[in-house]
Amino acid sequence: MTLLQAENLTTFYGASQALFGVDLTISEGEVVALMGRNGMGKTTTIATICRMLKHREGTLEFAGQNLGQLPSHKAARLGIGLVPEGRRCFPNLTVGENLIATARPGDWTLETVGKFFPRLAERHGQMASTLSGGEQQMLAIARALMTNPKLLILDEATEGLAPVVRQEIWQAIHRLKSETGMAILVVDKTLKELRQVADRAVILEKGRTVWDGKMGDLTHDLTDQYLGV
Amino acid sequence: MIRETHLNATIWLLLLIVPLAAWQMGEIYTITLATKICVLALAGVGLNIALGLGGMISLGHAAFFGIGGYAMGILASHAQSYAPIMETPFLIEGTKSMPVIWLLAIVTSGLAALAIGALSLRTNGAYFIMITLAFGQMLYFFAISWPAYGGEDGLAIYVRNEFPGLNTLVPIQFFALCFLILTAVIFLSSRLENSRFGMALQATRQNEVRTRTVGLTPYKIRLIAFVISGMICGLAGALSADLNRFVSPVMLSWHTSGEIMIFVILGGTGRLFAPLVGAAIYIMLEHFLGGISDYWQIFLGLLLLMVVLFAPGGVIGLLTKREAAHD
Repeated sequence: MTLLQAENLTTFYGASQALFGVDLTISEGEVVALMGRNGMGKTTTIATICRMLKHREGTLEFAGQNLGQLPSHKAARLGIGLVPEGRRCFPNLTVGENLIATARPGDWTLETVGKFFPRLAERHGQMASTLSGGEQQMLAIARALMTNPKLLILDEATEGLAPVVRQEIWQAIHRLKSETGMAILVVDKTLKELRQVADRAVILEKGRTVWDGKMGDLTHDLTDQYLGV
Repeated sequence: MIRETHLNATIWLLLLIVPLAAWQMGEIYTITLATKICVLALAGVGLNIALGLGGMISLGHAAFFGIGGYAMGILASHAQSYAPIMETPFLIEGTKSMPVIWLLAIVTSGLAALAIGALSLRTNGAYFIMITLAFGQMLYFFAISWPAYGGEDGLAIYVRNEFPGLNTLVPIQFFALCFLILTAVIFLSSRLENSRFGMALQATRQNEVRTRTVGLTPYKIRLIAFVISGMICGLAGALSADLNRFVSPVMLSWHTSGEIMIFVILGGTGRLFAPLVGAAIYIMLEHFLGGISDYWQIFLGLLLLMVVLFAPGGVIGLLTKREAAHD
């Protein structure tokens, strides 16, 4: 069943157009990789889905509801959980406070999140600003999980992390897929990892969807042409 | 390094012990100073919820302080003159009962905070500061041009209002009342800070956009905090008016807003006991330096400058060696 459906989205930053027609569908339980070189509109697409930016044309539906005029907090309440680029935890709140402040009713609670990320449970009373980069990333994911989302969006979740820590984050994403069956939209530059975790890939080029298909069908020619790898 | 909770307990005990000792020694004026610290600190605790937890830099909180003061002044002056406040369509008389006066002060200042907050919280940054300042000044000029209640000269109340079981004219008893109220409000403020609402309020201060993407509504959260903050300032205003037995438009002026903000910044913005430390420093400077020079506030300015430049966590931050309020 389709969870998110975006058709021909166009989005502007003031007078400057950033998206020229993005098509994206995500089904329940599906992991989709949103790919493209820098500046092709991946983060803008995410910001539009999360309603931080309003689209001018096209349709955007989530769980059968039109997101058209909804503010971002209402989109979040419908079940869109965002792990933003650069983590952006609330630095002067503790780990526990970051999680409690954003909690919404559902299966994900302080206890279940603590079991999923034991390291966060150990640092419950520690200020978010004093965590390592990897721990902050775990906290950003845990914070999004505490909103009990139907769709989890991970924007460059492993960027800037040490290889070992990056591996931990990928393991967490694999576990989310296998243990929860949650729909995930993931943006990342590590093609090797994306190939392993994602069911489908969508490639953006100059603010348009140029390829949408199964991850297994993503050939070397396509990645060379659109991603430069 | 001193733990902040230990420091807070010491400050609280000092505020209790000094007036008790003064009472034993017959130093009535010291008790009055301690009562003044309690009342001003209470206003600071109110502002600290908006400023320290919510990051709302309001230059209009004197409006709520003044509304609380005028609620007391109007009710008490009518009780004093035996003239009803209004007769039609129904009779409303004045009262000398402190609980009734406090209730009215809290309700009216809360309603004013709701109206002012609902409009001003649609803006942020410098615009928010200016709009709260403008609302405060509007009420200040309204009070000046309201001859029925003294206009620019203010309103004197000859006898302190009554509280069941206490003789409020006895300084130590009135101090005890103010001290208990301050303690209760600091306790409530601490509970608020550690509640889910308080955490969400702090989150809106740290990253407004991010709070929206996790399903929170910064406007609503801030408005509730602003109203709670205004209500506490209103209660402080009613107590201040009772302490001085005088209400004047100065209570509503932006100077008063600035003074309340100074208490919070001196103590350490966002810290639970900051307003109490700030108010105590302010009153002590006024008491000790005010006798030497009329321009004692120059020293206050210098102190504020030093705190802002060298101790961003305020005096409490300096003593506990912790810059941020929440670590």
